[in-house]
Amino acid sequence: MNKIFLPVLLVLTLSACGTTPGTKATVEDRTGATATTAATAGAERAGMDGSGVAGSALPGDQYAGDPRKDPASPLFKRSVFFDFDSYVVKPEYRPMLEAHAGYLLSKRDVRVILQGNADERGSREYNLALGQKRAEAVRRALAVLGVSDSQMEAISFGEEKLRNQGTSEADHAENRRTDVVYGDE
Amino acid sequence: MLRAVLYFPLFCLVLLSASFSARAAMEIQVIGGAASKIAVAWVPFQAMPGQPEPTLTAIAGDDLDRSGQFRRVDVGGMQQPVAPAQVDYGVWRGKGADAVVIGQVAALPGGRFEVRFYLLDVIKQTQLAAFSYTISAAQWRATAHLIADIVYEKLTGIPGAFSSRIAYVQKQGKRFELRVADADGQNPRTVVRSDEPVISPRFSPDGARLAYVSFEDKKPVVYVQSLRDGRRSQVAAFKGSNSAPAWAPDGRRLAVVLTRDQASQIYLINADGSGLTRLTRGGNLDTEPVFSPDGKTLYFTSDRGGSAQIYQVALGGGEPRRVTFSGSYNVSPAISPDGRHLTYISREEGRFSVVLHELASSQTRVLTDTARDESPSFAPNGQAVLYATVQGGRGVLGTVSLDGKTRTRLSESGVDAREPAWGP
Repeated sequence: MNKIFLPVLLVLTLSACGTTPGTKATVEDRTGATATTAATAGAERAGMDGSGVAGSALPGDQYAGDPRKDPASPLFKRSVFFDFDSYVVKPEYRPMLEAHAGYLLSKRDVRVILQGNADERGSREYNLALGQKRAEAVRRALAVLGVSDSQMEAISFGEEKLRNQGTSEADHAENRRTDVVYGDE
Repeated sequence: MLRAVLYFPLFCLVLLSASFSARAAMEIQVIGGAASKIAVAWVPFQAMPGQPEPTLTAIAGDDLDRSGQFRRVDVGGMQQPVAPAQVDYGVWRGKGADAVVIGQVAALPGGRFEVRFYLLDVIKQTQLAAFSYTISAAQWRATAHLIADIVYEKLTGIPGAFSSRIAYVQKQGKRFELRVADADGQNPRTVVRSDEPVISPRFSPDGARLAYVSFEDKKPVVYVQSLRDGRRSQVAAFKGSNSAPAWAPDGRRLAVVLTRDQASQIYLINADGSGLTRLTRGGNLDTEPVFSPDGKTLYFTSDRGGSAQIYQVALGGGEPRRVTFSGSYNVSPAISPDGRHLTYISREEGRFSVVLHELASSQTRVLTDTARDESPSFAPNGQAVLYATVQGGRGVLGTVSLDGKTRTRLSESGVDAREPAWGP
């Protein structure tokens, strides 16, 4: 399987490099889904649903080919939610994070971005730092499971990319999370 | 006769307006004001056909209204002197005026104008100021703001800030625009357009550059952009998040918050991205740095005490000192130009308000009565605070005087404005 997969990954990695935004490029990132870029000035985003870059043109059955796309796999789970004012990864996420750690250990050229988020209450910069704490908590959990630092980057979107725009407690809770996003997807 | 003739360099403004489009301007509402106000009679300047609208006296008078320290004397039906010798002080005294502004606009070849104005003290019957400007139509508003600055300074003893500019982020649908406008919200120019969020704009001390955080690279990266030619560079794009830029008073370096060593920590970096040094240490969350005016210390927000509070640390090193003690959430510090006051956002019973904090006495005053205030910054003359809040479900910008009595709203219909910063 690795022999089939590596060239595909290489192609995807290269194409990702090719679309690195220039100074005027517009960039869209649907949190938790695939991030894609548009290369030229004024160009609108393309393939923002995860179907544009990674989903198409792979030979064979996708679920068989990529366990991360299999809804039955713990790798399909990508979000770690946090309690209010908390930056501790709850035990219920251990199976999910073990699966991601196992995947990353088996594929040393795959990178993962841990995107922390905060709810919208309070200062944007402070919330950016709170989101970072949540991203760091997941990064540390994966590091303990043996994942190399060079495969991980913890970043924060703060309150800038709310998944849920509502203002109820449940809405806020949905925004207090870290998303696991693979660089090759 | 005392008369100074000055030609102000307004080329910056001309360049900016040439390269960026202006759209619907902001409306201004003034709420409240000081109890005793200085009464100024703005005699409409003798006009020329074809001069820009609104008039200079209308723009400058609006500036002074927003300060809350002035009231206008009704000039309806009065004679309109254009030179000091024509002024009948007794008549203006009878109208309750403390000061009179008179002037005239003359057309020059090439579509230029000569503007002359005089500020006269009605009580002492003396001339306080007299200036002449040769300007293009594009410099009309800037000239009115200069007149307002002079009137303000002569009558209060404090420099005016009407010629200064503000930066803010406007969200319309899914598009973000970083804009620079005059202090009255007029004449907005878009300097960055993006489909991704932009936050934390900060003017360089000379007003020629903006530092800001953009998410266009799929993570927060600190940029510095020239307002003269629009050129920009990444100042901090290290692994992890890069945010919260703050200019040192010398304009050569910035404080930024990086996570390259895991926790959010404060670093110093040159404006060209070189010379990175780490300032705060430990695994706590440190963010929102701001330099004291003498450049020797930084104020910042930290959770090191178990809640979000403001601390001060010397650039030379040493332990940070806690500055705020009341409440469990004090964030987003800004310091007044004279270094005597902090303003920040304080949460009290779920409400986020702008607070003024006198450093010498540690006395605090809540300046606003809104519940979702953010991002306070001082006017360059220290006499007002610009901030963002939410009104009717959308972001609006406002100013408030240091006594909390005069508030203005700068709002543009249908858009969301946030992340304001008051610049030179």
